[in-house]
Amino acid sequence: MPIPPRASPLAMAAGPASHGGCPRAQMPHLSKMERVVVSMQDPDQGVKMRSQRLLITVIPHAVTGSDVVEWLIQKYCISEEEALHLGVLLVRHGYLYALREPRSPGLQLDETLYRFQTPYFWTSTLWPAAELDYAIYLAKKNIRKQGALVDHEKEHYDQLHRKINHTWDLVVMQAREQLRAAKQRRKGDRLVIACQEQTYWLVNRPPPGVPSVLEQGPGRGSGMARRVQMTKNTDFYKQEIECCTKALGRIRVKSSVCLEAYLKFSSQHRPHDPIMSGCLPSNPWITDDDTYWAMNAPNVAAPTKLRVERWGFSFRELLADPVGRANFMDFLRKEFSAENLSFWEACEELRHGGQAQIPTLVDSVYQQFLAPGAARWVNIDSQTMERTLEGLRQPHRYVLEDAQLHIYMLMKKDSYPRFLKSDMYKGLLAEAMILPETKRRVFPFMWKPRHSSLSPALPPASASVEPVAAAGGPGGAEGEA
Amino acid sequence: MCDQTFLVNVFGSCDKCFKQRALRPVFKKSQQLSYCSTCAEIMATDGLHENETLASLKSEAESLKGKLEEERAKLHDVELHQVAERVEALGQFVMKTRRTLKGHGNKVLCMDWCKDKRRIVSSSQDGKVIVWDSFTTNKEHAVTMPCTWVMACAYAPSGCAIACGGLDNKCSVYPLTFDKNESMAAKKKSVAMHTNYLSACSFTNSDMQILTASGDGTCALWDVESGQLLQSFHGHGADVLCLDLAPSETGNTFVSGGCDKKSMVWDMRSGQCVQAFETHESDVNSVRYYPSGDAFASGSDDATCRLYDLRADREVAIYSKESIIFGASSVDFSLSGRLLFAGYNDYTINVWDVLKGARVSILFGHENRVSTLRVSPDGTAFCSGSWDHTLRVWA
Repeated sequence: MPIPPRASPLAMAAGPASHGGCPRAQMPHLSKMERVVVSMQDPDQGVKMRSQRLLITVIPHAVTGSDVVEWLIQKYCISEEEALHLGVLLVRHGYLYALREPRSPGLQLDETLYRFQTPYFWTSTLWPAAELDYAIYLAKKNIRKQGALVDHEKEHYDQLHRKINHTWDLVVMQAREQLRAAKQRRKGDRLVIACQEQTYWLVNRPPPGVPSVLEQGPGRGSGMARRVQMTKNTDFYKQEIECCTKALGRIRVKSSVCLEAYLKFSSQHRPHDPIMSGCLPSNPWITDDDTYWAMNAPNVAAPTKLRVERWGFSFRELLADPVGRANFMDFLRKEFSAENLSFWEACEELRHGGQAQIPTLVDSVYQQFLAPGAARWVNIDSQTMERTLEGLRQPHRYVLEDAQLHIYMLMKKDSYPRFLKSDMYKGLLAEAMILPETKRRVFPFMWKPRHSSLSPALPPASASVEPVAAAGGPGGAEGEA
Repeated sequence: MCDQTFLVNVFGSCDKCFKQRALRPVFKKSQQLSYCSTCAEIMATDGLHENETLASLKSEAESLKGKLEEERAKLHDVELHQVAERVEALGQFVMKTRRTLKGHGNKVLCMDWCKDKRRIVSSSQDGKVIVWDSFTTNKEHAVTMPCTWVMACAYAPSGCAIACGGLDNKCSVYPLTFDKNESMAAKKKSVAMHTNYLSACSFTNSDMQILTASGDGTCALWDVESGQLLQSFHGHGADVLCLDLAPSETGNTFVSGGCDKKSMVWDMRSGQCVQAFETHESDVNSVRYYPSGDAFASGSDDATCRLYDLRADREVAIYSKESIIFGASSVDFSLSGRLLFAGYNDYTINVWDVLKGARVSILFGHENRVSTLRVSPDGTAFCSGSWDHTLRVWA
């Protein structure tokens, strides 16, 4: 359904309405499909052509669905399923049409013959579909069928009649003229042109229940370009120049170094990637058993081995895991440097907190960690401390950023490596659980009910409240055992 | 002239007047010079008198872009697929639809996972926003927005609220409540205000800040409680369609993609564009960071997905196939970054081997275009939403 356009005021110059303008740019898949059908019609490399016999006429240059699919398989080295899917899309976009009724929206793989749409009637050529043309088309049909139009066409016909009543004589005249001209053609040509026209209108005015393949969504094409184009004025280019100049001054890293890093990251994380390596005891989505989630809950008492291993990958991974972070905090306490992590956490709270809380948070951090003689004073280098204290006069969200970074790097370079070498961590690794694999159930009818879980949105005091909704059953659930 | 503060840390001879002064860097016709403050100020006013026509600025921008490409190419000593030659190829890939979520009355436009790894929020064309426990397929909450085409939705990190918006040009936050007496719409908070449709939104590390992208060509960072605009990001030449926050330990950056075919990386604190990439041939529909944070992937209407490395500052891989004709609407990585899942407008999902560049699998099932795709927080599955009114969870 067309959506009423929204005005884009102020500094934006809205792009021109794209009447007759570049649908190919806004819908690049159309040009690509066109290239495909053009190569399909290549006399040497294209699809095998046949002739279709219809009563006493013979229509040349027809192809079967299977030949089209076969050609696609060969040309693009794809599977039959994918080739068929692509073939169906070509039909749906009006690049192929069946000569005989009934014309299904798919691609039949029997002896049904198809022809290629003439470029004149490609959606991207005759764009956008004009109301007047549609009116003439319906009028022709109406005349030929003596008023017996299909439901939705009848509706459109009446609608258009009301809407462009003032030019209706022109419409009927055109329709009559086109019908008269058609009678002078050979029967074969007449049939083909009728099919071509019908295919065009099936794409541009789909019957109810058939989704329009041309729909793009708001602000994107469909002849209703509300796409914004920033006025490319001097400010715009000045900004681009500034951005480029800065970019030129960047320090870049050699590709080989960067790409090696992906290999390392992927292989290190592969055992932890459930889609790549599975997960123990089983993937909940596959077996309907949510033990995996229970065992890996955020604050579980006994973390799994894989989880404890991950803490060793990077400082970020350690801090991101609540159990890891808690263990690290314990370790820091033993080293009498727990205030570092607490300070870092307080800074995070400031950075990501609400605007209104900033003054209080900054003050609390200062009192706890930065003031001379503070209870949990953090050891920052004097330069950073000076800058921070200076900045505290006008507290803002990022005022502690330098100090936070300093402490973060301190923990990362110093405490973290020691943590990984510590007996504490080694002990955790040794104790950590490895769960046995749950075998996939062989008998699908031994269906296991799926347990619900408490929504995080429930208030914490409702531990005694019934879990939301009982185990899922039918009604939209599709399990694969 | 916009305010510019420079860190004065160089003393020396000014390039213009040659006097010994505190110097600041200055850019004149893409050349970096060092001027003293007096000369810098004179140059600023000179700039206004010089006949800097639009055409000359445009050509300067073009030539700088060319130079930038040259610089980027200098350090490009190897291709990704070459480096990946020694990596084992992936075997047969079997992923199936494990859950189908039916309940939306119209096209599903966006979805997001809750941190609890099983709940999701989804939004659709008919204005409905639904929160599901996708494991049991039960619907837990439903809100009807006052507008159609709710193109963006996001789950708060705490799991206690959702954000959504679309043709209403706003981003609203709804606290999730199970209280039968309270309607969610009553507690709704209007946070963001743009001048065109909202295309994407995301909470930052907490429930208290939201990042939005809009069809008005800008992105913006908002304080949820007060609705205050904290920072805005200008630079895209057309609608911004997508954004993703960097999984960084120390920094504050995010990437956005737009109808100007560009992907831009922004510093959340200063509002400046840090890096920009312009290699796609059409709208960039989706951007997603590689799990390490050193790269990001983008999906575009030009039917390709591309990988950009932030340290090398260039595109390092293109994921395309001649038989893939329709645009990629949504991309996401598996947990290890080895696989890239991409939903396309031809109703399929293609799975790419990120390192080798080859397609590993194609998944059929949806009956209309795939509009949104996200991997679950623990990587056990991914969810796709489609214009066929359904969402599917694949594993």
